[in-house]
Amino acid sequence: MTVIVKKTTQLIAGIIFLYGIYIILHGHLTPGGGFAGGVILAGSFILLILAWGSDFLHLVREEQGSTLYENLAILVVLFLALSGLLAGVNVFFANWLPHGTPGELLSAGILPLYNIFVGIEVAASILTIFLALIIFKEEVLK
Amino acid sequence: MMNPLIPLLVAIPLAGAFLTMIVGRFITGIPRYMALTTLLATAFISFWLLLAGEASPSVYIAGGWEPVNGVPIGIHLVHDGFSGLVLCIISLIGLLSVIYSISYMAWYTSENFFYALFCLMIAGMNGVVLSGDIFNIFVFLEISAISSYALVAFGVEKNELEATLKYQVLGAVASFMILFAITFIYWSAKTLNIADIRSAFSTGDRGSHYVLIQVLLLTGFGLKAAIIPFHAWLPDAHSSAPSPISAMLSGVLIKAVGIYVIIRLFFNMFVITEGMSVLIATLGALSMAAGVFLAIGQWDIKRLLAYHSISQMGYVIMSAGIGMTLMARGIRPDVAALAITGGIFHMVNHAAFKGLLFLNAGAIEYSVGTRDLHEMGGLAKSMPVTSATSFAASLSISGIPPFNGFFSKLIIIVAAVMGRFYLLAALAALVSIITLASFMKFQRYAFYNREPDNIRKEIKEVPAPMLLSMITLAVVCLLLSLLALPGVRDSVLTPATEILMDQMKYSSQITGI
Repeated sequence: MTVIVKKTTQLIAGIIFLYGIYIILHGHLTPGGGFAGGVILAGSFILLILAWGSDFLHLVREEQGSTLYENLAILVVLFLALSGLLAGVNVFFANWLPHGTPGELLSAGILPLYNIFVGIEVAASILTIFLALIIFKEEVLK
Repeated sequence: MMNPLIPLLVAIPLAGAFLTMIVGRFITGIPRYMALTTLLATAFISFWLLLAGEASPSVYIAGGWEPVNGVPIGIHLVHDGFSGLVLCIISLIGLLSVIYSISYMAWYTSENFFYALFCLMIAGMNGVVLSGDIFNIFVFLEISAISSYALVAFGVEKNELEATLKYQVLGAVASFMILFAITFIYWSAKTLNIADIRSAFSTGDRGSHYVLIQVLLLTGFGLKAAIIPFHAWLPDAHSSAPSPISAMLSGVLIKAVGIYVIIRLFFNMFVITEGMSVLIATLGALSMAAGVFLAIGQWDIKRLLAYHSISQMGYVIMSAGIGMTLMARGIRPDVAALAITGGIFHMVNHAAFKGLLFLNAGAIEYSVGTRDLHEMGGLAKSMPVTSATSFAASLSISGIPPFNGFFSKLIIIVAAVMGRFYLLAALAALVSIITLASFMKFQRYAFYNREPDNIRKEIKEVPAPMLLSMITLAVVCLLLSLLALPGVRDSVLTPATEILMDQMKYSSQITGI
């Protein structure tokens, strides 16, 4: 790609990343949430990879990293669900944190935590799928 | 007080799968033991729940969302006699398959992916069986289906990829039909909880789309269960997968996501009508008869076994259909109960003997290096344990006493005669005889024929973990005949039959009205 495309994506990718974080953090207040925000986060990475070309990154190492993040994030989500069993109320998936005032950023108990980790999970898994497709294509071309 | 062991049946395999992916990346050789621990834990929990379980259905509401004005709003996990039995099959066959895989999967690379997908498949099946609401059945169905697509393709050779493509396309068609039916149900009943749908269907005007919903669900889950017009994917997929996975697919997966859901939905969700009952019995009889005729001409061991799975599942569907027909006509409830008991009993038995037969086929492939019956022979001398266990399994599937297959087929045939389905009874007996013929062919060409001349290498018996799983399953095949005894039957099979027979009990106990 030309310098113009590379510079523009460099400028835009950060803003897209921030927007994804905004969507995830406001998941319990506005439309969107972990899944939608995670897709946007992955989109910013994919945009950079598309603009800079596949030789720019060590794709295989990158793919291993994103798989690791994906597995860790889903384990944390599972642990949050199990924490309901441990935290005195004895119910799987219970929302046991204090609920706060509706409408504020720090409210809705455990839901923002679910959103954050689901966001990481979705971003990492979509990035993994994208990288796996590129790696597969390069292996076929070889 | 809700029983906290019930959600653990889904959570433990999920945690096992993702921990395997992380830990297996840094320490090689550990994934097999993590999968083993996971399966031991689920096996312990499911047997504990079945044996120490209460008689009534035990309901777990995820998130603690209590019903509002009698309308259930949370996700219900339901453990009753029928689902408890299926959970025990899943974890027992899963545990023995993992033990078998410790030696068998040394052929393949990427051990951690294999065991992670295996645990994921177990989690999906446990979820389908436990879920008390139809949308979560769909979600868990997709978890187990997608991991089984990947496991079928695990060898990544030409055959495996072709089989998995076929399996994926037909699986996607099935999932589409199931989701379509779920949207129809939500539109007409305004709820997704099975027990609540039941009360909506039994009181209100059901409308003309009611039959469409039933046909869509029967087609969708029939594709998953490989009933005969929808069976095209099964022989390829089950024969191409690695052998422990074939044992899981044939022994457990088609039951947990196919037969179990069909029986559960048509008994506990829909109001039984005579037309649908006759259709189900006919489809069962068709796959019972056509499956065995397709099987007898096969020379590839695993394809032969795969076609027999279709035929044996036909027995289960047919006896469930006989029970439904009698219930729809409102006559002979004792015979209907007998037919349903026979069907459930045969489903349990089939898991044991078909799992064992696929493990035997895997052992032959491991030692001889081929699955073609023409290219082997005389294995009884070199592989005595494999020969003895597969003999036990062959007698079981053909219905020879004292093995378990005899008793379940006997119950099915007796129920069919008592319910005056003489043609179906005769057909079931005939299919059993052809099954015997086909397994005599398998025994003769694999174990007792003289050895082929161009033998290349010394054939040895398989390693100890594989022997352990095969011997255990052979013993299970013998012990399961004890379920036919009145005392044992009352504590294991009768609760499963009762929950299906009692028209109002299921929905009233779960919604708590």
